[in-house]
Amino acid sequence: MTYIAKPKFHHPGLKKNELGYTHRDYEGKISTLCAGCGHDSITASIIEACYELSIEPHRVAKISGIGCSSKTPDYFLGNSHGFNTVHGRMPSVLTGANLANRDLIYLGVSGDGDSASIGFGQFAHSIRRGVNMTYIVENNGVYGLTKGQFSATADRGSKSKKGATNTDNAIDLVAIALQLGATFVARSFSGDKSQLVPLIAAAIGHKGASFIDVISPCIAFNNHAGSTKSFDYVREHNDAVNRLDVLVGRDPIAVDYAPGTVQMVEQHDGSKIALRKIDADYDPHDRLGAQTFLQKHAAKGQIVTGLLYVDPDAEDLHEHLNTVETPLNTLEADTLCPGSAMLDKFNASLR
Amino acid sequence: MKPTDIAAPDYFHKVVDCQWACPAHTPVPEYIRLIAQGRYSDAYMINWKSNVFPGILGRTCDRPCEPACRRGRVEETPVAICRLKRVAADFKDDITQRLPRPSAKNGKRVAFVGGGPASLTVARDLAPLGYHCTVFDGDPQAGGMMRSQIPKFRLPNSVIDEETGYILNLGVDFKGGHRIESMKALLAEKYDAIFVGSGAPRGRELDIPGRKEAAANVHIGIDWLSSVSFGHTDKIGKRVIVLGGGNTAMDCCRTARRLGGEEVKVVVRSGFEEMKASPWEKEDALHEDIPILNFLVPVAFVHDDGKLTGITFQKVKAEYDAKGRRNLVPSGEPDQTIECDDVLVAVGQENAFPWIEQDCGIEFDKWHMPKVDPKTFVSTNPKVFFGGDASFGPKNIIWAVAQGHDAALSIHRMLSGEDITERPLPEVHVSSQKMGIHEWSYDNDISNDKRFKVPHRDKVIALKDIRTEVELGYDVKLALGEAERCLNCDVETVFSTSLCIECDACVDICPMDCITFTENGEEADLRQRLKAPSPRPDQDLYVSSDLKTGRVMVKDEDVCLHCGLCAERCPTGAWDMQKYFIEMTYAGSACPTKSRSAA
Repeated sequence: MTYIAKPKFHHPGLKKNELGYTHRDYEGKISTLCAGCGHDSITASIIEACYELSIEPHRVAKISGIGCSSKTPDYFLGNSHGFNTVHGRMPSVLTGANLANRDLIYLGVSGDGDSASIGFGQFAHSIRRGVNMTYIVENNGVYGLTKGQFSATADRGSKSKKGATNTDNAIDLVAIALQLGATFVARSFSGDKSQLVPLIAAAIGHKGASFIDVISPCIAFNNHAGSTKSFDYVREHNDAVNRLDVLVGRDPIAVDYAPGTVQMVEQHDGSKIALRKIDADYDPHDRLGAQTFLQKHAAKGQIVTGLLYVDPDAEDLHEHLNTVETPLNTLEADTLCPGSAMLDKFNASLR
Repeated sequence: MKPTDIAAPDYFHKVVDCQWACPAHTPVPEYIRLIAQGRYSDAYMINWKSNVFPGILGRTCDRPCEPACRRGRVEETPVAICRLKRVAADFKDDITQRLPRPSAKNGKRVAFVGGGPASLTVARDLAPLGYHCTVFDGDPQAGGMMRSQIPKFRLPNSVIDEETGYILNLGVDFKGGHRIESMKALLAEKYDAIFVGSGAPRGRELDIPGRKEAAANVHIGIDWLSSVSFGHTDKIGKRVIVLGGGNTAMDCCRTARRLGGEEVKVVVRSGFEEMKASPWEKEDALHEDIPILNFLVPVAFVHDDGKLTGITFQKVKAEYDAKGRRNLVPSGEPDQTIECDDVLVAVGQENAFPWIEQDCGIEFDKWHMPKVDPKTFVSTNPKVFFGGDASFGPKNIIWAVAQGHDAALSIHRMLSGEDITERPLPEVHVSSQKMGIHEWSYDNDISNDKRFKVPHRDKVIALKDIRTEVELGYDVKLALGEAERCLNCDVETVFSTSLCIECDACVDICPMDCITFTENGEEADLRQRLKAPSPRPDQDLYVSSDLKTGRVMVKDEDVCLHCGLCAERCPTGAWDMQKYFIEMTYAGSACPTKSRSAA
């Protein structure tokens, strides 16, 4: 752990975003994770994405559970709202917060233990309900805080640092999310920021349940030969189906793509995703196709990354429930409780 | 780009901007750390070895190090390196036991013309090696211009006495009041070598109408300062005009304020910004209620039958030609006459060698300057060496010291029968500063403090007495605060390609966005692709060899805080913080020596 605070000085030539902030302004406290932890790169990617989107920090609620991954919200967006919940309970706290105040940007940060073991049910239901959020799993396939046992996402046949072979089948959270109806599903790698940053930015812009599984090597317990979540293994087996650029309205980037290679996806917030295809046959609007593609490649030992599925016309929980536009937490008492006359009228309508 | 060769002695030296900019290459961060630890004597000795006059330079140096200081690129102002040097001199213990002892003489005799900083540096280097050094000076005491031209309110005699004393006590024979009038006669005395450190003793004249007639009240700046210094002059008229915009002009006007000058003005041809005087010296003059008037060219001394009454100036403005060169052209406004009782002319200094005869084997160039080799400082007479202002014209004390060291090395090599053009390489030490997992032998926590002001004596008191030092110097607490501002640029980030797993931890933690992992390319192209802008091509890029992914690590040295966070967050130790220490080559240090240096 680093004992000194990160110096306040920043590069004099740093660019500022629309709000006049540099990316340094989106940082939190200094990380207490092990040196080299993949999670720190995801932290840096979230910082970068929020900076690029010119998000006002006070409009973000970052919610996490327990584990190394769930510590990370302390390390980014130091001026945002935060809730460090009970183990595995991030999704329900997030769902509640979202229902109470639909105006915030919800960032759920979790790990493979927090989402694929103790919080597996919570994860499933928040996805199933279509809560408008960006759900990031920092997936290292190992219980780092308890010194390296296999987690539920560890691949069958992979080896622990001590040499034991995993005999259990792995949970693929991406496959589950697709099956449960997530409307934005992606996988990435902490060691590939050029892919991860735009994915996070696009997920934030998506209205509905966005899920990103980020493979994040555990330097201390899962970065050895025989691991399928190590830097070397992921780099060797990474099969990216596409790359993307997020185009925010104010930023008319002159994107020069060869014709036919790019697919534009319009998002709810007006931003556009320019998807550069790597695999020409891959269609990110085909949920079924994505599931098949994923399983075929997994069988070959390949890790499919990129934006795997997106439904640009998705609806979220609020639309399903037909709630009012005004966040519930700002409704005045007389609106919430319009009096006995109104109650009588309402009861009458049900008789 | 090719992988950076960090084994080249200059690579890391350039990263220590202050040390690289210092003509004597004083290890600045090293002594600043010692000051922070309260080890003032150790800090002083590092300076003494390198720049010979820490107490004097700590008050008067032109500070080429400070504009170079990395801190000035990170925030507004550089570290007050110069005044920290004074702290080492002010708070040190008795260091006489640490000085070299006069050694048994080796039978070789070296004569020195002039007893200023250049000669004294050469003598300091040669005397401990056994040379018999004889220093001749026209003035009764050693110090040269440091004693004669720098006012006492900036540099008290006690400091000059102490630091010239350290050298003279090495067994140097000082012949004060003995001006050398003939090089031929000196050569006839069969010295084994002669070092000319006679300075640039002649103040430039201002030959405009009225100069001769008003001569009684028109004084040449450096002569006047010298006369004040030795107590021959103790008053001046109430209204004084100082002509010139250099540091001598600043010394003249401030001295005049203390000798009865009530309305002292500095009048300069150029604009305020282009003046040669150091910014802090201009500031000090302004603080003493001395206006600086710019863009005025003196055209005539006005006098009433030989009694000076004022100066007439032509008003000019700056125009820039296509090449960006500045020309001063008349502005067309009517001339202005400023009344005054006395004028001090401080428009430059010149070298003068009327005492060197033509047939001494010493050739002069068309500017009447001796032909001197810029590396060895030997003249066309192989036994005669030049240094300081006498070699390449007026510069500052720190240049005289640097040249003195080089000349001493030449003299020693020549008298040891070695080739003087061969210069032994400096000795470089690079060692890891790691003490524990996240512990370093230096304080890597970056201070956010702004530059601390050096306390000054109250103006009313300071202006009363010409011998009262204006600057009081930092006290221990201020010195510690200022020392903590130093970024330890000599503790270098060293990268091992083979250990790197490309986890990006260093990129993420670096507060200054110095580090980028990217595909290799030509330098200009690479600079475009870094994580943060790279506007200073004079600051090197540190490029690794190819990594596993085929990319390279590129670090822009420009604004690195040397905080060591890259090394703290590196899981494999691919980054390490290693202290770079360069031991310059001095006379007698031809062979690498195991010298003790403070950790």
